Amino acid sequence: MSVDPSLVGRAFPAPSPLTVTSERVGAFAAAVGHPGAAGEVVPPTFPIVLAFDAMQAFLDAEQIDLHRIVHGEQRFAYARPLVVGDELSATLTVTGLRQIGGADIIATASEITDAAGAVVCTGKATLVHSSGAETDQ
Amino acid sequence: MTTTFDAGQALEPRTFTVTRADLVAYAEASGDHNPIHQDEKVARSVGLPGVIAHGMYTLALVGRAVAEWTGGAEVVDLGAKFTSPVVVPAEGGAEVVVGGTVKSVADGLVTLVLEVTCEGQKVLGMPKAVVRA
Repeated sequence: MSVDPSLVGRAFPAPSPLTVTSERVGAFAAAVGHPGAAGEVVPPTFPIVLAFDAMQAFLDAEQIDLHRIVHGEQRFAYARPLVVGDELSATLTVTGLRQIGGADIIATASEITDAAGAVVCTGKATLVHSSGAETDQ
Repeated sequence: MTTTFDAGQALEPRTFTVTRADLVAYAEASGDHNPIHQDEKVARSVGLPGVIAHGMYTLALVGRAVAEWTGGAEVVDLGAKFTSPVVVPAEGGAEVVVGGTVKSVADGLVTLVLEVTCEGQKVLGMPKAVVRA
């Protein structure tokens, strides 16, 4: 099953905001070995937690299995550093769709905003969806 | 931190070992429970060579190397293409090497070009980081 081309331009918000707590930041930093004071320094890739929630909302809405998705590309641009106490929301927009060798290449952009609605970070991601078990990649 | 950077400066490569246990901890911490990062059978069923690291785990290692090189400078841009998977064996681990060079220094922004390899093969395409330093 390939992905519906009318998806381009549609937006999928993450179901709920994420409060950046020292516990969450500490667990994330510990998992990747990020240096700095535990639970205080927010690793730069931490916003993926929220971008992932938005992506999962998109996959659920389109009934796409997560295990058929491989991350092809991820870029973040930060308007300011994330800090403990931030309450972040994310919305993912499908920006492009093409097919290569039986795989759907889904381009997305995620905007991550704080409680005041200011953009903290924007993410651009490419998701590679393999539609069948016989797909070779 | 008062570290200064000059264009062309090479940064000392960092080597990180990634184990299956690291991927389990990362799945918990990030919320990304895609079974291709845990389960050999599922990974192979979608055409992968085995359990692979989350691309974002590898990118997080880049963020870690950048933080170590710059003393935790503010990151303005960070990204890469995940061009080749980091296959993580059930026993032991995969070694990821992050090398970097200062590409440019302008307006308080330091742009780093990176080379990220696993077993001598590049795993990230066009990895890039920009920090305020």
